[in-house]
Amino acid sequence: MNKIVKLDRRSFLKASAVAGGGLMLGFHMPTANAAVTKDSEINAWVVVKADDSVLIRVAHSEMGQGAMTGLAQLVAEELDCDWSKVKTEFVDPRLNITRNKVYGGMATVGSRAIRSSHEYVRKAGASARVMLVQAAANRWKVSATDCTAKAGVITHTASGRTLTYGAVAEAAAKIAPPKDVTLKDPATWTIAGQPKMRLDMQEKVTGQAAYAIDIRLDGMLFAAIAQAPVFGGKLKSYDEAAIAGAKGVRKVVALPYAVAVVADSYWEAQKAVRGLPVVWDNGANGKVSSASIAKSLDEGLAAKDVPVARNDGDVEKALAGAVKTISAEYRVPYLSHASMEPMNCTVRFNADGTLDVWAPTQNAEAILSAAARASGLDPLKIMVHLTYSGGGFGRRGGAAPGDYVDQAVAIAKAAGAPVKLVWSREEDIQHDFYRPISSAKMTAALDADGYPVAWNTRISGHSILSTQNPSAIKNNMDQGFLVLFHDNVYDVANVKVDYAMRNSHVPVGYWRSVNHSQNAYFRECFLDELAHAAGKDPYEYRRKLLQKAPKQLAVIEACAKAADWGKPLPAGQFRGIAQIDGYGSYAAAVVEISMNADGSPHVHRVVQAIDPGYAVNPDSIKAQMEGSVAWTMSAALYGEITVKDGRVEQGNFDRYRMLLMNNMPKVETVIVPSGGFWGGIGEPGGPAVVPALVNAMLAATGKPQRSLPLIKRGTTSV
Amino acid sequence: MINLHINGQDHAVDVDPDMPLLWVLRDKLGMMGTKFGCGIAQCGACTVQINGVAMRSCVTPASAVAGATITTIEGLSTNGDSPVQAAWVAHQVPQCGYCQSGMIMAVDALLKTTPKPTDDQINAAITNICRCGTYARARDAIHDIAQA
Repeated sequence: MNKIVKLDRRSFLKASAVAGGGLMLGFHMPTANAAVTKDSEINAWVVVKADDSVLIRVAHSEMGQGAMTGLAQLVAEELDCDWSKVKTEFVDPRLNITRNKVYGGMATVGSRAIRSSHEYVRKAGASARVMLVQAAANRWKVSATDCTAKAGVITHTASGRTLTYGAVAEAAAKIAPPKDVTLKDPATWTIAGQPKMRLDMQEKVTGQAAYAIDIRLDGMLFAAIAQAPVFGGKLKSYDEAAIAGAKGVRKVVALPYAVAVVADSYWEAQKAVRGLPVVWDNGANGKVSSASIAKSLDEGLAAKDVPVARNDGDVEKALAGAVKTISAEYRVPYLSHASMEPMNCTVRFNADGTLDVWAPTQNAEAILSAAARASGLDPLKIMVHLTYSGGGFGRRGGAAPGDYVDQAVAIAKAAGAPVKLVWSREEDIQHDFYRPISSAKMTAALDADGYPVAWNTRISGHSILSTQNPSAIKNNMDQGFLVLFHDNVYDVANVKVDYAMRNSHVPVGYWRSVNHSQNAYFRECFLDELAHAAGKDPYEYRRKLLQKAPKQLAVIEACAKAADWGKPLPAGQFRGIAQIDGYGSYAAAVVEISMNADGSPHVHRVVQAIDPGYAVNPDSIKAQMEGSVAWTMSAALYGEITVKDGRVEQGNFDRYRMLLMNNMPKVETVIVPSGGFWGGIGEPGGPAVVPALVNAMLAATGKPQRSLPLIKRGTTSV
Repeated sequence: MINLHINGQDHAVDVDPDMPLLWVLRDKLGMMGTKFGCGIAQCGACTVQINGVAMRSCVTPASAVAGATITTIEGLSTNGDSPVQAAWVAHQVPQCGYCQSGMIMAVDALLKTTPKPTDDQINAAITNICRCGTYARARDAIHDIAQA
């Protein structure tokens, strides 16, 4: 965080220890508004320092999406402090236990950091402002209503006297918080709503930003791990003698499903674990392959009597009597997250019975729970140190049994020393919770004008709930898997959506944009096929079908306008368009391409529009929309996790390819905040990009692309 | 002992000659700005400069760069305001930031030999992986520096 920017590593650790100790004092204080140090804690979110700087606590994770800055902007806006004097710190997740969930939910998933906490963080800022103003009024013996606050300075209007927040902070901390506060009209914002620079920027261009993987502790050892290659497999045996005497190696630690080597450096640990002969019990899944999984999904597309999520009108009847019907099957593969910072966790058992844990995460409370589970310690004895996370994208939203936190705790315990466990990239890609594989069979009936009167959708795929929350599955239905279909806003009289759950042993999870990522592709590309068959412009076709969906209509119109839809393009260039709603926001994309000689697309320009309700940091929104283009283009062009002999075939970026600078298109983002709601930013941007790209290919070639990735493994680069 | 000249200082390290420079920097010398991303010279998070040339330190044995001039992100500038760093701030390039040390070192090396790179030259030289997708801003920042 900001306060550690100028400290060296060792000082950082000392500062962290002091901060931890300071925060721990907080548990024992009787009220939330008591001062914990000589700095004055006005409430759980706001600390005013004597030097007039303001420390704003951030309960959500900062993994690149800019939540740390955006949340601080919301607090600072209501606090009316001096933005140039704002610093932030991540909270100690234990405080959420001892202070009765004062920080709400800390899970930073579902693009929720701001949309689920905007109200209480703004109230925290407003409440602190009221207390500070009251403290000044008390000092002057005037009414608080005769005082104003701006940029951290309180003014008594009549006399012109002023006091800074720092001058009255100690007194303010002793004032009872107001029972209710009035929040500002976003139209009057001066800190929020502005494209403020990220608070983490300088650290991130100097290599000083602290990630969990960067932690260093006295006496710390390093661990590398080999996990059972077949999901669900177990460790049978290993030949420790084969690495006996290897330089730097301290210990081999056996886990039920993995084996780890502890050494003096990570490289020595990694080299040793790779040289360790291991025999695995593959369990029942050692013969599962992509082909067998595909067969299961195909069977699902044709299965009878599957649960129905939506049934408007009479699809079968409408299809039977249709002028024209169109049918298509679409397919997407499993995908890995591959955050740039590999999974890692550092654990230190302390002599006083406490535990320190560092791990990149989107959910500090999940790390705390996992560390408590794995160590058997009371959570209040465990300090989870929040750091920046080198990406997350959904992979780090929890800490499942047996995942990285459990491993690090077990290894540190066995090693009898602080241990930093780092997964190799291969372990990271081969032991993920993957974006599920899915297929869709869609059939539509067109009326005489070419518009759909019936739309039947069967999804066959691997339910995320089957891994993440099996007890939530009722009657073989995972409603979330059908998003954009069960709630499809296109105006079609007869709609049926049903689901054939077809799971494999591959663990699945939440991957940026989750089920929107594949369903947007299915829905929006099939819709383009309908428009194509009807001989109609795909944008105008959508407009006609969105007449009862004003938010979606407005955002696609804004996008089309910004993208010059309808204006001629240079020869050989083509456009595609798509729109979705999700994560509380509305988004649309127009993609311009030309076709390479090998049949792959070259993307020249992407124009996106988003309506997130309110735009807390417009530059952050643009950055997320730009990043979403790279994220989804990696998936659309190259992304494919395949399975052979029960295990993932890809291991590193040589075979799990990423978009690079050379294929990054120009991206333009139009933000059209319509107000009245708070939408997310990190995930709504991606889903429309893939279908817009594929629809541009349909425009270019007349041929639909019904499976991803567009470029299969082994083809030459584009 | 291997003598490494890093950011203007000499370090004598007692490590296996094959130990990649990345792990000497991180685990032996505590210089954490250089990152581990893949271990096979694909992602570029570990990029440092060896005699001014961008190199992927995860596959560069420490013994191979003994005596060379090694520059890491920590040594790029005293105040974090080198032209590339300043342009990166102005364009608000980093998101999660994890790959940025490596990308900044690669861009700085490119601009040393090619002060006004074309898009094709940028594409050829900057092959760092950024999962957050900061490429477009990075390109704009590079062109800004070139025009300065």
